Amino acid sequence: MSGRQQKAERIRELMATQGEAVEENTREFNDGRYESTGDLSEYEALRDEARAIQEDAIERIPELVDQVTEAVEANGGTVYVADDAADANEYVRNIVADADADSVVKSKSMTSEELEVNEALAADGVDVWETDLGEFVLQVADEAPSHLVAPAIHKSTEDIAALFDGHFDPEEPLETAEDLTTFARDHLGEKIREADIGMTGANFVTADTGSIALVTSEGNARKCLAATDTHVAVAGVEKLLPRFEDLQPFVELIGRSGTGQDITSYVSLFTPPVDVPTLDHEADELGSADDREFHLILVDNGRMEMREDDQLRETLYCIRCSACANSCANFQHVGGHAFGGETYTGGIATGWEAGVHGQESAAEFNDLCTGCSRCVDACPVKIDIPWINTVVRDRINRDADQELSWLVEGLTPDEEPGGVDLQKRLFGNFETLAKFGSATAPVSNWLADWGPNRWLMARIVGIDRRRDLPEFQRETLVEWFAARDDRGPSDPGREVVLYPDLYTNHVQVERGKAAVRVLEALDVGVRVPAVRSSGRAPLSQGMIETATDHAEDVATQLGRHVDEGRDVVVVEPSDLAMFRREYERLVDEDAYDTLADDSYEILEYVYGLLEADPSRSDRFRNADGERLAYHSHCQQRTLGLEPYTTEVLGELGFDLVTSEVECCGMAGSFGYKAEYYELSMDVGATLRDQFEDEPRVVASGTSCMEQLDDLLDVPNRHPIEEVADRLE
Amino acid sequence: MSTSAISSFEESLSTRGLPLTRTAAADAADELTALVEPPAIGTQLPYSGVSLPENVITELSPSVLESATVGITPAALAIADYGSVVIPDDGSGSEHVSLFADEHVAVVAASDVVASMSEAIGELGEQVRDGLTSAIVATGPSATADMGELVMGAHGPKVVEVVLVTDR
Repeated sequence: MSGRQQKAERIRELMATQGEAVEENTREFNDGRYESTGDLSEYEALRDEARAIQEDAIERIPELVDQVTEAVEANGGTVYVADDAADANEYVRNIVADADADSVVKSKSMTSEELEVNEALAADGVDVWETDLGEFVLQVADEAPSHLVAPAIHKSTEDIAALFDGHFDPEEPLETAEDLTTFARDHLGEKIREADIGMTGANFVTADTGSIALVTSEGNARKCLAATDTHVAVAGVEKLLPRFEDLQPFVELIGRSGTGQDITSYVSLFTPPVDVPTLDHEADELGSADDREFHLILVDNGRMEMREDDQLRETLYCIRCSACANSCANFQHVGGHAFGGETYTGGIATGWEAGVHGQESAAEFNDLCTGCSRCVDACPVKIDIPWINTVVRDRINRDADQELSWLVEGLTPDEEPGGVDLQKRLFGNFETLAKFGSATAPVSNWLADWGPNRWLMARIVGIDRRRDLPEFQRETLVEWFAARDDRGPSDPGREVVLYPDLYTNHVQVERGKAAVRVLEALDVGVRVPAVRSSGRAPLSQGMIETATDHAEDVATQLGRHVDEGRDVVVVEPSDLAMFRREYERLVDEDAYDTLADDSYEILEYVYGLLEADPSRSDRFRNADGERLAYHSHCQQRTLGLEPYTTEVLGELGFDLVTSEVECCGMAGSFGYKAEYYELSMDVGATLRDQFEDEPRVVASGTSCMEQLDDLLDVPNRHPIEEVADRLE
Repeated sequence: MSTSAISSFEESLSTRGLPLTRTAAADAADELTALVEPPAIGTQLPYSGVSLPENVITELSPSVLESATVGITPAALAIADYGSVVIPDDGSGSEHVSLFADEHVAVVAASDVVASMSEAIGELGEQVRDGLTSAIVATGPSATADMGELVMGAHGPKVVEVVLVTDR
């Protein structure tokens, strides 16, 4: 089996066995996030504050380590800075040996998963018990967490009941979630009573007071700490916050962002060793709090190198809330066992895995990020997670040895070295393909669809044979515009450049023509110059150098028009997102500002024209309540642009229904790839279920349109085509 | 104390479905007696004129903690926006009492109700610097969704009640 087939097989298996539970739970978390953050009036201000605290804290890690060491030692505890996992584990083993302990109870800690401390202690014959119920389930099942916050999210009540009945053989079979909770609570209560050492992680550590904050719901972390005399806390060095007061925005954001709870049941603020009496079970009395010991282990394990890395540094701002996983359509369908590395799961996992375990671990799942950018809006500290994924993809490309690379090296016009996977290279150079496709259409389309060629495409570059290929138009939008007799309005109020994005120019040419017609009807002078493609295609394949080359050309060409007073209007939302977001990282600041400030999505622009002069609505025939179903595009949504389309269509009198799902599942080239085709269709199924009886369907993104073509029987168009059809 | 913070606290509790008893200091012992089903345990309430009912056990031991059905503790603060109470332990054993029994009754003085998380963290920062080593911002009962559905009462209490002493 090829690597692609193996990956497809693994994804298929996870969708079948875990997909349902993961989808139900993550979607509930995600819906809860919208609701809970929506209730918080200062939400955006708190995100800014949290972001600023993290930037400062990561900058000052060495100083904060010194400060917290002083504070903890003054409180009567110890601090150890561990270079790596082996170092940290050895330190823990020594503490356990010094205490002559034979059992350790733990509360949930992803950092301890990263260290694999349980295995290290087990090798010494120490019993380690996970007391978080989700972690306990996984310990019994001998599985890895599939989610940062809810580690056993992939298991249903029935799965767990079968697991416990098989493992513990209780007198009465366990059935309900309540039965299982009571059983686990009693079982673990016994382990906590017997244990000598309590081990926790830390959500935050405040350097000035030596306090640790633990954000939990079950109460097990409190119990592990209250019931044992020795407390060991492990935390990455990035968990340090300068001041106790810095906790406030994080306490308000973490639960809302993650599981959609305003606050979890317990936010424990311990400044250990705590002044809580110990429990002496033998004498059946409370002991003195003076007997308590505390050890804080601060873990480097690659973090200080991440801190020096301009691209990975942002990962350290992560508070591990899981919003990036819950908001991700691919994650919702496969969970963290596919969308995750050795320890970490979800979108941000690429940064963590590349930083702490190495690039190979990130390479396993990095392609599941399609760059839709929903997680950026969901992240409480505004990490540009798709960018981290792109950077790591680029590094993986550069480090890989690619078979057959001699075949394409020199033939493809990109800036990349030979290691880039052939499939990525094909999609990354889509502009070349599209130019050739249009120039030779319809022959190119016949050839592309010809059986043996589909076989070759599937075999060599992994394009799934079940997908229809884009159909190239012989006459491009630029050619059509140059050749037409109509010169547009004689006395235009404004002038625009309609950006001929790759798809509008070569494939979806009709939507480009419709855009020209509508703009001209609204007294706008239009130009459609030949401009290079935006670089979205190579960027999505991790080909940053090639994308930068495109971006510089496009910003220069379009910038010239802006300087001459023309606005830039864009049909394809993913290209507008390039101009407004990614170009900030690809071109110089002035060029970025010029283009970002003066480029508009087509319906956003039409909306503005109608707002400026409402009488212009008279130029359209009312749709008189005709039913129309609309699916917006992911980046269009995260840029906040969807309402312009719905407003304009509503204004024209359509009875509009909008899709409830945030993602169609196609995501550019993603859904064409053989290893991801089935996942893509699985994500799309929800959209199909909602739209399958709709008589007319429109969508803004090219990918969404292609996906809808495969999902639905009725053809679909871009909303601007409906608008153009209503011109008087 | 601010009247608006108190009404907002009451509203937050009500939204979360958490029971609240309002009482004057003079009636607090009676209210608590009516509220708790023995065997109950508790730590001393630091409000003038307020004492625990006589049948509440204050001599704590591991076996007493394990067998109690209700635990009564004071709360250092209440946070109006969240319906949270802050349980401090300065050696009293409140951490155990509020954690081991199936029901936790948190007694809070009206003057300790603050409006926001920001105020609460500010106040706690001062107390931590003055030596408070254990403070739990507790909101409702312990809970888990790890067994496939939401269950109240994981490792901690299944029920939480707040008693607000209106004249303290």
